[in-house]
Amino acid sequence: MNVSIFNYFRSRDKGSASIAKERLQIVVAHERKQRNQPDFIPQLKRDILDVIAKYVQVDQEDISVSLDKSDNCSILELNVTLPSA
Amino acid sequence: MAKIIVITSGKGGVGKTTSAAAIGTGLAQQGHKTVIIDFDVGLRNLDLIMDCERRVVYDFVNVIEKDATLNQALIKDKRVENLFILPASQTKDKDALTLEGVERILAELSESFDFILCDSPAGIEQGAYLALYFADAAVIVTNPEVSSVRDSDRIIGLLQSKSRRAEKGEAPVEEHLLLTRYNPERVENGEMLSIEDVKDILAIPLLGVIPESESVLAASNKGIPVILNDDSNAGKAYADAVSRFLGEEVKHRFIEPEKKSLLRRVFGR
Repeated sequence: MNVSIFNYFRSRDKGSASIAKERLQIVVAHERKQRNQPDFIPQLKRDILDVIAKYVQVDQEDISVSLDKSDNCSILELNVTLPSA
Repeated sequence: MAKIIVITSGKGGVGKTTSAAAIGTGLAQQGHKTVIIDFDVGLRNLDLIMDCERRVVYDFVNVIEKDATLNQALIKDKRVENLFILPASQTKDKDALTLEGVERILAELSESFDFILCDSPAGIEQGAYLALYFADAAVIVTNPEVSSVRDSDRIIGLLQSKSRRAEKGEAPVEEHLLLTRYNPERVENGEMLSIEDVKDILAIPLLGVIPESESVLAASNKGIPVILNDDSNAGKAYADAVSRFLGEEVKHRFIEPEKKSLLRRVFGR
Protein backbone atom coordinates (compact mmCIF):
# COMPACT_ATOMS: atom_id res chain seq x y z
CA MET A 1 0.00 0.00 0.00
CA ASN A 2 1.46 3.30 -1.01
CA VAL A 3 0.86 5.85 1.64
CA SER A 4 1.11 9.27 0.12
CA ILE A 5 0.04 12.71 1.09
CA PHE A 6 -2.81 12.40 -1.40
CA ASN A 7 -4.09 9.23 0.22
CA TYR A 8 -3.88 10.97 3.55
CA PHE A 9 -6.32 13.64 2.45
CA ARG A 10 -8.48 11.18 0.59
CA SER A 11 -8.83 8.91 3.58
CA ARG A 12 -10.54 11.62 5.58
CA ASP A 13 -14.03 10.37 4.78
CA LYS A 14 -12.97 6.75 5.09
CA GLY A 15 -15.29 4.21 6.55
CA SER A 16 -18.51 3.66 4.64
CA ALA A 17 -17.35 0.11 3.87
CA SER A 18 -16.90 -0.63 7.56
CA ILE A 19 -20.38 0.71 8.27
CA ALA A 20 -21.70 -1.55 5.51
CA LYS A 21 -19.99 -4.57 7.02
CA GLU A 22 -21.31 -3.85 10.49
CA ARG A 23 -24.89 -3.39 9.27
CA LEU A 24 -24.70 -6.54 7.18
CA GLN A 25 -23.38 -8.65 10.04
CA ILE A 26 -26.32 -7.61 12.21
CA VAL A 27 -29.06 -8.11 9.60
CA VAL A 28 -27.64 -11.39 8.31
CA ALA A 29 -27.31 -12.84 11.82
CA HIS A 30 -30.89 -11.87 12.56
CA GLU A 31 -32.22 -13.35 9.33
CA ARG A 32 -30.30 -16.60 9.77
CA LYS A 33 -31.85 -17.05 13.17
CA GLN A 34 -35.33 -16.54 11.77
CA ARG A 35 -34.61 -18.80 8.83
CA ASN A 36 -33.70 -21.72 11.07
CA GLN A 37 -36.82 -21.57 13.17
CA PRO A 38 -39.65 -23.99 12.40
CA ASP A 39 -42.58 -22.68 10.34
CA PHE A 40 -45.01 -22.84 13.25
CA ILE A 41 -43.19 -20.25 15.40
CA PRO A 42 -44.87 -17.11 13.95
CA GLN A 43 -48.35 -18.67 14.35
CA LEU A 44 -47.48 -19.88 17.86
CA LYS A 45 -46.44 -16.35 18.71
CA ARG A 46 -49.76 -14.93 17.48
CA ASP A 47 -51.75 -17.55 19.41
CA ILE A 48 -49.87 -16.85 22.62
CA LEU A 49 -50.42 -13.14 22.10
CA ASP A 50 -54.16 -13.73 21.69
CA VAL A 51 -54.37 -15.68 24.95
CA ILE A 52 -52.33 -13.19 26.96
CA ALA A 53 -54.20 -10.25 25.45
CA LYS A 54 -57.38 -11.58 27.09
CA TYR A 55 -55.87 -10.69 30.45
CA VAL A 56 -53.22 -8.00 29.93
CA GLN A 57 -52.41 -5.46 27.29
CA VAL A 58 -49.29 -6.64 25.43
CA ASP A 59 -47.82 -6.06 21.99
CA GLN A 60 -46.26 -8.50 19.57
CA GLU A 61 -42.83 -7.03 20.38
CA ASP A 62 -43.25 -7.87 24.07
CA ILE A 63 -43.25 -11.56 23.28
CA SER A 64 -40.19 -13.44 22.17
CA VAL A 65 -40.26 -17.08 21.25
CA SER A 66 -37.17 -19.00 20.38
CA LEU A 67 -36.36 -22.60 19.82
CA ASP A 68 -32.87 -23.81 20.61
CA LYS A 69 -31.69 -27.22 19.59
CA SER A 70 -28.98 -29.04 21.46
CA ASP A 71 -27.80 -32.63 21.07
CA ASN A 72 -30.95 -34.56 21.79
CA CYS A 73 -33.50 -32.08 23.01
CA SER A 74 -35.09 -28.83 21.90
CA ILE A 75 -35.85 -25.99 24.26
CA LEU A 76 -38.74 -23.68 23.52
CA GLU A 77 -38.09 -20.41 25.28
CA LEU A 78 -40.96 -18.03 25.81
CA ASN A 79 -40.38 -14.56 27.12
CA VAL A 80 -43.24 -12.16 27.80
CA THR A 81 -42.63 -8.67 29.08
CA LEU A 82 -45.69 -7.46 30.94
CA PRO A 83 -46.36 -3.75 31.31
CA SER A 84 -45.43 -2.41 34.74
CA ALA A 85 -48.28 -1.95 37.25
CA MET B 1 -23.40 -38.14 -15.40
CA ALA B 2 -23.27 -34.40 -15.72
CA LYS B 3 -22.50 -32.04 -12.87
CA ILE B 4 -25.33 -29.54 -12.46
CA ILE B 5 -24.22 -26.01 -11.51
CA VAL B 6 -26.60 -23.19 -10.67
CA ILE B 7 -25.49 -19.61 -11.23
CA THR B 8 -27.53 -17.67 -8.72
CA SER B 9 -27.57 -14.50 -6.60
CA GLY B 10 -31.01 -13.50 -5.36
CA LYS B 11 -30.46 -9.91 -6.42
CA GLY B 12 -30.80 -8.90 -10.06
CA GLY B 13 -28.20 -7.12 -12.13
CA VAL B 14 -25.14 -8.47 -10.34
CA GLY B 15 -23.83 -10.43 -13.32
CA LYS B 16 -25.46 -13.86 -13.25
CA THR B 17 -25.95 -14.19 -17.00
CA THR B 18 -22.54 -12.63 -17.77
CA SER B 19 -20.98 -15.13 -15.37
CA ALA B 20 -22.98 -18.09 -16.69
CA ALA B 21 -21.90 -17.23 -20.25
CA ALA B 22 -18.26 -16.79 -19.24
CA ILE B 23 -17.99 -19.87 -17.03
CA GLY B 24 -19.90 -22.08 -19.50
CA THR B 25 -17.64 -20.92 -22.32
CA GLY B 26 -14.56 -21.51 -20.14
CA LEU B 27 -15.59 -25.06 -19.24
CA ALA B 28 -16.21 -25.85 -22.93
CA GLN B 29 -12.84 -24.33 -23.89
CA GLN B 30 -11.21 -26.76 -21.49
CA GLY B 31 -12.81 -29.62 -23.39
CA HIS B 32 -15.89 -30.31 -21.28
CA LYS B 33 -19.19 -30.69 -23.09
CA THR B 34 -21.29 -27.94 -21.53
CA VAL B 35 -24.85 -26.64 -21.85
CA ILE B 36 -26.10 -23.37 -20.37
CA ILE B 37 -29.84 -23.26 -19.65
CA ASP B 38 -31.62 -19.93 -19.29
CA PHE B 39 -34.19 -20.33 -16.49
CA ASP B 40 -35.46 -16.76 -16.77
CA VAL B 41 -38.74 -17.56 -18.49
CA GLY B 42 -40.38 -14.43 -19.86
CA LEU B 43 -37.18 -12.38 -19.64
CA ARG B 44 -34.64 -14.35 -21.61
CA ASN B 45 -31.27 -12.74 -22.13
CA LEU B 46 -28.66 -15.46 -22.32
CA ASP B 47 -29.31 -15.63 -26.08
CA LEU B 48 -28.24 -11.98 -26.48
CA ILE B 49 -25.17 -12.35 -24.28
CA MET B 50 -24.16 -15.41 -26.31
CA ASP B 51 -25.04 -13.81 -29.66
CA CYS B 52 -27.51 -16.48 -30.73
CA GLU B 53 -30.75 -14.50 -30.45
CA ARG B 54 -31.51 -14.89 -34.15
CA ARG B 55 -31.05 -18.65 -34.00
CA VAL B 56 -33.71 -19.37 -31.36
CA VAL B 57 -36.48 -21.53 -32.82
CA TYR B 58 -37.56 -23.68 -29.92
CA ASP B 59 -36.97 -23.02 -26.23
CA PHE B 60 -36.81 -24.67 -22.79
CA VAL B 61 -40.59 -24.50 -22.26
CA ASN B 62 -41.26 -26.04 -25.71
CA VAL B 63 -39.15 -29.01 -24.67
CA ILE B 64 -40.86 -29.29 -21.28
CA GLU B 65 -44.26 -29.21 -22.97
CA LYS B 66 -43.02 -31.74 -25.54
CA ASP B 67 -43.62 -29.43 -28.49
CA ALA B 68 -39.98 -29.91 -29.47
CA THR B 69 -37.15 -32.31 -28.76
CA LEU B 70 -34.02 -31.29 -26.91
CA ASN B 71 -31.96 -31.59 -30.10
CA GLN B 72 -34.30 -29.17 -31.86
CA ALA B 73 -34.02 -26.61 -29.06
CA LEU B 74 -30.30 -26.80 -28.26
CA ILE B 75 -28.24 -24.12 -30.00
CA LYS B 76 -24.65 -25.03 -30.76
CA ASP B 77 -22.19 -22.19 -30.17
CA LYS B 78 -20.39 -21.14 -33.33
CA ARG B 79 -17.14 -20.11 -31.65
CA VAL B 80 -16.43 -22.76 -29.05
CA GLU B 81 -16.56 -26.49 -29.56
CA ASN B 82 -18.59 -28.47 -26.96
CA LEU B 83 -20.79 -25.51 -26.00
CA PHE B 84 -24.60 -25.43 -26.24
CA ILE B 85 -27.33 -23.03 -25.16
CA LEU B 86 -30.89 -23.85 -24.19
CA PRO B 87 -32.78 -20.55 -24.38
CA ALA B 88 -35.68 -19.56 -22.11
CA SER B 89 -39.11 -18.89 -23.51
CA GLN B 90 -39.90 -15.24 -24.09
CA THR B 91 -43.66 -15.68 -24.47
CA LYS B 92 -44.77 -18.22 -21.89
CA ASP B 93 -45.36 -17.20 -18.28
CA LYS B 94 -42.96 -18.15 -15.52
CA ASP B 95 -45.20 -20.94 -14.22
CA ALA B 96 -44.57 -22.89 -17.42
CA LEU B 97 -41.59 -24.54 -15.73
CA THR B 98 -42.50 -27.54 -13.59
CA LEU B 99 -40.37 -29.58 -11.22
CA GLU B 100 -41.10 -32.80 -13.15
CA GLY B 101 -40.42 -31.15 -16.50
CA VAL B 102 -37.11 -29.66 -15.38
CA GLU B 103 -36.09 -32.97 -13.82
CA ARG B 104 -36.82 -34.88 -17.03
CA ILE B 105 -34.80 -32.50 -19.18
CA LEU B 106 -31.84 -32.38 -16.79
CA ALA B 107 -31.83 -36.19 -16.74
CA GLU B 108 -31.81 -36.31 -20.53
CA LEU B 109 -29.02 -33.71 -20.80
CA SER B 110 -27.09 -35.55 -18.10
CA GLU B 111 -26.60 -38.51 -20.43
CA SER B 112 -24.45 -36.64 -22.92
CA PHE B 113 -23.08 -33.53 -21.16
CA ASP B 114 -20.29 -33.05 -18.59
CA PHE B 115 -21.62 -29.80 -17.16
CA ILE B 116 -25.12 -28.32 -17.06
CA LEU B 117 -25.19 -24.64 -16.04
CA CYS B 118 -28.51 -23.30 -14.82
CA ASP B 119 -28.64 -19.52 -15.24
CA SER B 120 -31.09 -18.52 -12.52
CA PRO B 121 -33.51 -15.59 -12.72
CA ALA B 122 -33.31 -12.97 -9.96
CA GLY B 123 -35.57 -13.29 -6.94
CA ILE B 124 -36.51 -16.32 -4.88
CA GLU B 125 -39.64 -17.39 -6.74
CA GLN B 126 -40.42 -20.50 -8.78
CA GLY B 127 -37.85 -19.95 -11.55
CA ALA B 128 -35.00 -19.34 -9.12
CA TYR B 129 -36.14 -22.26 -6.96
CA LEU B 130 -36.23 -24.66 -9.93
CA ALA B 131 -32.83 -23.45 -11.16
CA LEU B 132 -31.22 -24.35 -7.83
CA TYR B 133 -33.28 -27.39 -6.85
CA PHE B 134 -31.29 -30.05 -8.72
CA ALA B 135 -27.89 -28.41 -8.33
CA ASP B 136 -24.74 -30.29 -7.32
CA ALA B 137 -22.79 -27.03 -7.11
CA ALA B 138 -23.75 -23.36 -6.84
CA VAL B 139 -21.90 -20.27 -7.96
CA ILE B 140 -23.22 -17.39 -5.87
CA VAL B 141 -22.62 -14.19 -7.79
CA THR B 142 -22.24 -11.27 -5.41
CA ASN B 143 -21.35 -7.59 -5.74
CA PRO B 144 -19.45 -5.97 -2.86
CA GLU B 145 -22.55 -4.05 -1.87
CA VAL B 146 -25.00 -4.46 1.03
CA SER B 147 -28.17 -5.55 -0.78
CA SER B 148 -26.35 -8.06 -2.94
CA VAL B 149 -24.54 -9.64 0.03
CA ARG B 150 -27.75 -9.89 2.01
CA ASP B 151 -29.62 -11.53 -0.89
CA SER B 152 -26.74 -13.94 -1.45
CA ASP B 153 -27.01 -15.03 2.17
CA ARG B 154 -30.70 -15.65 1.61
CA ILE B 155 -29.97 -17.81 -1.45
CA ILE B 156 -27.32 -19.77 0.48
CA GLY B 157 -30.03 -20.46 3.07
CA LEU B 158 -32.32 -21.80 0.33
CA LEU B 159 -29.56 -24.01 -1.09
CA GLN B 160 -29.00 -25.45 2.37
CA SER B 161 -32.65 -26.14 3.09
CA LYS B 162 -34.73 -26.35 -0.10
CA SER B 163 -32.46 -27.99 -2.68
CA ARG B 164 -32.92 -31.63 -3.66
CA ARG B 165 -29.69 -32.55 -1.92
CA ALA B 166 -30.87 -30.89 1.31
CA GLU B 167 -34.29 -32.53 1.14
CA LYS B 168 -32.84 -35.98 0.50
CA GLY B 169 -30.20 -35.56 3.19
CA GLU B 170 -27.40 -36.08 0.66
CA ALA B 171 -24.05 -34.31 0.63
CA PRO B 172 -24.76 -30.56 0.57
CA VAL B 173 -24.62 -28.45 -2.59
CA GLU B 174 -21.02 -27.26 -3.19
CA GLU B 175 -20.96 -23.50 -2.64
CA HIS B 176 -18.69 -21.10 -4.53
CA LEU B 177 -18.56 -17.35 -4.03
CA LEU B 178 -17.95 -15.28 -7.16
CA LEU B 179 -17.37 -11.64 -6.30
CA THR B 180 -18.08 -9.46 -9.32
CA ARG B 181 -17.68 -5.74 -10.12
CA TYR B 182 -14.85 -5.55 -7.63
CA ASN B 183 -12.97 -2.28 -7.54
CA PRO B 184 -9.65 -2.59 -5.63
CA GLU B 185 -9.08 1.19 -5.59
CA ARG B 186 -12.39 1.83 -3.88
CA VAL B 187 -11.74 -0.99 -1.45
CA GLU B 188 -8.40 0.55 -0.55
CA ASN B 189 -10.12 3.86 0.08
CA GLY B 190 -12.59 2.18 2.40
CA GLU B 191 -15.53 2.91 0.10
CA MET B 192 -16.30 -0.67 -0.85
CA LEU B 193 -16.60 -3.98 1.03
CA SER B 194 -13.40 -5.99 0.66
CA ILE B 195 -13.04 -9.63 -0.32
CA GLU B 196 -12.39 -10.46 3.33
CA ASP B 197 -15.49 -8.54 4.46
CA VAL B 198 -17.75 -10.48 2.11
CA LYS B 199 -16.09 -13.80 2.93
CA ASP B 200 -16.51 -13.08 6.67
CA ILE B 201 -20.22 -12.49 6.26
CA LEU B 202 -21.17 -15.21 3.79
CA ALA B 203 -18.67 -17.79 5.07
CA ILE B 204 -18.39 -19.78 1.83
CA PRO B 205 -15.26 -20.56 -0.23
CA LEU B 206 -14.14 -17.98 -2.77
CA LEU B 207 -14.11 -19.13 -6.40
CA GLY B 208 -13.06 -15.88 -8.01
CA VAL B 209 -13.00 -12.11 -7.98
CA ILE B 210 -13.97 -10.37 -11.21
CA PRO B 211 -12.74 -6.77 -11.37
CA GLU B 212 -15.10 -4.05 -12.46
CA SER B 213 -14.20 -3.60 -16.11
CA GLU B 214 -15.34 -1.75 -19.18
CA SER B 215 -14.74 -4.88 -21.19
CA VAL B 216 -17.78 -6.57 -19.58
CA LEU B 217 -20.21 -4.08 -21.12
CA ALA B 218 -18.31 -4.20 -24.40
CA ALA B 219 -18.62 -7.98 -24.37
CA SER B 220 -22.37 -7.97 -23.81
CA ASN B 221 -22.77 -5.22 -26.43
CA LYS B 222 -21.19 -7.54 -28.96
CA GLY B 223 -22.57 -10.82 -27.66
CA ILE B 224 -19.12 -12.26 -27.04
CA PRO B 225 -18.61 -13.86 -23.61
CA VAL B 226 -15.96 -11.74 -21.87
CA ILE B 227 -13.80 -14.82 -21.22
CA LEU B 228 -13.05 -14.89 -24.97
CA ASN B 229 -11.39 -11.47 -24.69
CA ASP B 230 -7.74 -12.26 -23.96
CA ASP B 231 -6.93 -8.61 -23.24
CA SER B 232 -9.58 -8.18 -20.57
CA ASN B 233 -8.75 -8.50 -16.88
CA ALA B 234 -12.33 -9.56 -16.22
CA GLY B 235 -11.98 -12.25 -18.90
CA LYS B 236 -8.74 -13.50 -17.37
CA ALA B 237 -10.31 -13.52 -13.90
CA TYR B 238 -13.18 -15.67 -15.24
CA ALA B 239 -10.68 -18.05 -16.84
CA ASP B 240 -8.90 -18.36 -13.48
CA ALA B 241 -12.22 -19.03 -11.76
CA VAL B 242 -13.02 -21.82 -14.24
CA SER B 243 -9.62 -23.43 -13.62
CA ARG B 244 -10.22 -23.24 -9.87
CA PHE B 245 -13.64 -24.80 -10.34
CA LEU B 246 -11.94 -27.68 -12.13
CA GLY B 247 -9.64 -28.17 -9.15
CA GLU B 248 -6.53 -26.22 -10.15
CA GLU B 249 -4.87 -23.93 -7.67
CA VAL B 250 -4.66 -20.49 -9.21
CA LYS B 251 -3.59 -17.32 -7.44
CA HIS B 252 -6.16 -14.49 -7.38
CA ARG B 253 -5.27 -11.59 -9.68
CA PHE B 254 -6.51 -8.01 -10.11
CA ILE B 255 -7.43 -7.68 -6.44
CA GLU B 256 -4.87 -4.99 -5.59
CA PRO B 257 -5.02 -1.38 -6.85
CA GLU B 258 -2.92 -0.71 -9.93
CA LYS B 259 0.26 1.13 -9.14
CA LYS B 260 0.00 4.68 -10.39
CA SER B 261 2.95 6.67 -11.58
CA LEU B 262 3.90 9.80 -9.66
CA LEU B 263 2.65 12.07 -12.44
CA ARG B 264 -0.74 10.39 -12.52
CA ARG B 265 -0.94 10.69 -8.76
CA VAL B 266 -0.22 14.40 -8.85
CA PHE B 267 -2.68 15.15 -11.63
CA GLY B 268 -5.26 12.68 -10.38
CA ARG B 269 -5.83 9.54 -12.52
